[in-house]
Amino acid sequence: MAVNKILPRDDFQRLISFLRTDGYQVIGPTLRQGAVVYEEIQSTSDLPEGWIDLQDGGSYRLERSETSAFFGYVVGPQSWKQFLCPPQRKLLTAEQTGKSFNVIVYDEKPIKRAFVGVRPCEIAAMAVQDKVLMEGPFVDPSYRLARQNAIIIAVNCARAGGTCFCVSMGTGPKASSGFDIALTELIDQHGHRFLVEAGSEIGIGMVTKLALGDASESDIEAGEKAIANASANMGRTLDTSGIKELLYTNFDHGRWNDAASRCLSCANCTMVCPTCFCATVDEATDLSGKCAERWRKWDSCFTVGFSYIHGGSIRTSGMSRYRQWMTHKLAYWQDQFGTSGCVGCGRCITWCPVGIDITEEARAIRHTR
Amino acid sequence: MVARKAETLAVKGQVDPMSTAPFRITRVIKETQDTFSMELAPEASGERFSFSPGQFNMLYVFGVGEVPISISSDPTGQMPLVHTTRAVGAVTQAMWKLKAGDALGIRGPYGRGWPVEQALHNDVVIVAGGIGLAPLRPVIYSILADRDRFGRVVLLYGTRTPEDMLFRKELEKWRSRFDLEIHMTVDRATGSWRGNVGVVTTLIGRSPFDHQNCVAMVCGPEIMMRFTVLELQKRGVNDDRIFISMERNMKCGIGLCGHCQLGSSFACKDGPVYSFAEIKALFTKREM
Ligand SMILES: Cc1cc2nc3c(=O)[nH]c(=O)nc-3n(C[C@H](O)[C@H](O)[C@H](O)COP(=O)(O)OP(=O)(O)OC[C@H]3O[C@@H](n4cnc5c(N)ncnc54)[C@H](O)[C@@H]3O)c2cc1C
Ligand code: SF4
Ligand code: SF4
Ligand code: FES
Repeated sequence: MAVNKILPRDDFQRLISFLRTDGYQVIGPTLRQGAVVYEEIQSTSDLPEGWIDLQDGGSYRLERSETSAFFGYVVGPQSWKQFLCPPQRKLLTAEQTGKSFNVIVYDEKPIKRAFVGVRPCEIAAMAVQDKVLMEGPFVDPSYRLARQNAIIIAVNCARAGGTCFCVSMGTGPKASSGFDIALTELIDQHGHRFLVEAGSEIGIGMVTKLALGDASESDIEAGEKAIANASANMGRTLDTSGIKELLYTNFDHGRWNDAASRCLSCANCTMVCPTCFCATVDEATDLSGKCAERWRKWDSCFTVGFSYIHGGSIRTSGMSRYRQWMTHKLAYWQDQFGTSGCVGCGRCITWCPVGIDITEEARAIRHTR
Repeated sequence: MVARKAETLAVKGQVDPMSTAPFRITRVIKETQDTFSMELAPEASGERFSFSPGQFNMLYVFGVGEVPISISSDPTGQMPLVHTTRAVGAVTQAMWKLKAGDALGIRGPYGRGWPVEQALHNDVVIVAGGIGLAPLRPVIYSILADRDRFGRVVLLYGTRTPEDMLFRKELEKWRSRFDLEIHMTVDRATGSWRGNVGVVTTLIGRSPFDHQNCVAMVCGPEIMMRFTVLELQKRGVNDDRIFISMERNMKCGIGLCGHCQLGSSFACKDGPVYSFAEIKALFTKREM
């Protein structure tokens, strides 16, 4: 499997076409309203060629780069969870029949999707959601269906974003597993090309069918160098040593109030996070009242209603909600699912309107009282 | 080119665990001014609904919504499935309006219930407040079905007024048994009440049970459970012998929606019943 191949830039279209001919909806990065988003793509001209993103706490900006890289950006506001665990999903339809009702379970048709441009931290995020949504005693069948019908074309990171900290979380910038194919984009005196590594039977099959040439020693070296460059330039770091115990012993730390005084409880951080899975169920009836639908919708622990029980909410203060979110990500998750709930993608930092930074908050809790 | 075969449905022959099954309401019993019990039978098959004491179902009222409600029936006998509900808000009030013959959606049973097994050969102290007796009633049935294998059994029950007491006829019947010790109290005496007046915790001190060989099961408002635990501790009962049932917002009941989280646990699958030793640290903190 560790055979490395080379895909020339001009052959990237062949990869996309191959997937499309094979019945895959190809989803990849494209530019939309000043951001890189994931949408169905038809050709390489849809890719954000020559664009990079500049990210910092509360800020995101696209800029022309010196190179014509397809994958020069890092990550945008969206993650693949919108396809695997969409913002809204119909659970069932109930139809009134006299005094009773029939339940019509939504029979979801599988969609074969090829995700192109999946970052290593995003693969890690999928593994985290797998644990929650399909590896426990109860399975979300819609998630599993989407997951099993998706193939992953990963792209290793050659450039780190301003809010990235995958190195701290052990999730990047190189994908080690969880992909069908992993690409490393190379642009140098030898041209614009991709180093290709197959990570599954499917990936090997694709590489064979594409009849790609072997990578040279220098190609492989160039790939390693590019990834090392990303490693060396992480925008953020987070010291994870004993982080669970740290947070479990600091429920009353003053920093929680400090963070809460800045937090707007807007829930952006949970919407953009690729691992957040919380959901509510909404009921919708038609005008006649004879037909009801139940929908699963993304929810956020930052709302007051989230913890509502008759008589009032459990977490009424912003302090308790920020504490819940961060403690869940970095500590509770470890006890619940044996993994961190944070993969270090930096989205919650970038898309927080006031730039609250999980790495900074964790640092403050560790180093102040 | 690509070998992976698309599946037609993720779980063949297995429905979405979020789907619900219609049950027919066979009888409605008005318990108090705001609380009612419903006997239920599945519309699809006549199979007995099996569950363990303390488990709950998600009850769906057509066109309104779904809420977690404990099972209050006999887990051992022939009794139909029963839920005892207090009408407090949108869903439970809509449920209150349903009549015998109407249908309700049910999925479950979910959660970890009361430690009846652990209580074998021990004294059992059951402390309930208000609607809190509903999830504990299956424990009493289980004990009575196997009475010889338990030590002394004490039930302490408190409500606001005598009119708020659930299962009154059954309580009277149980009170006449020699193998059950039942004490009831009300916050405020009304009508012809001649019994105890005061909070339920005042009954703990004078109850006959062996604090070293007992299991206590407590369910009621959080504040009542707080004081009950304190009293039990004063009597020398160890934290790992005290069990309480926690209420949290629940949208799924099966660990998928995140709403019920209590520290690192999910109340829907790791609870709703916890030993006090397990959640002491969280129970004493606010807004967890
Ligand atoms: C494990 C368990 C067992 C229970 N057993 C019993 C029992 O045996 N008998 C009994 O009477 N009760 C029981 N309860 C309590 C019962 O579930 C609640 O009383 C019930 O959910 C109230 O629903 P409602 O719609 O009638 O009330 P409301 O007060 O209208 O709404 C409560 C529910 O509606 C939703 N909701 C309302 N407002 C908001 C908002 N602003 N934002 C978001 N969500 C909102 C929430 O899901 C909330 O849980 C149990 C609870 C749990 C967790
Ligand atoms: S918590 Fe923030 S950095 Fe961590 S995975 Fe979620 S969005 Fe990314
Ligand atoms: S931390 Fe930032 S993004 Fe998250 S809820 Fe608070 S203000 Fe919104
Ligand atoms: S109720 Fe949904 S996770 Fe517990």
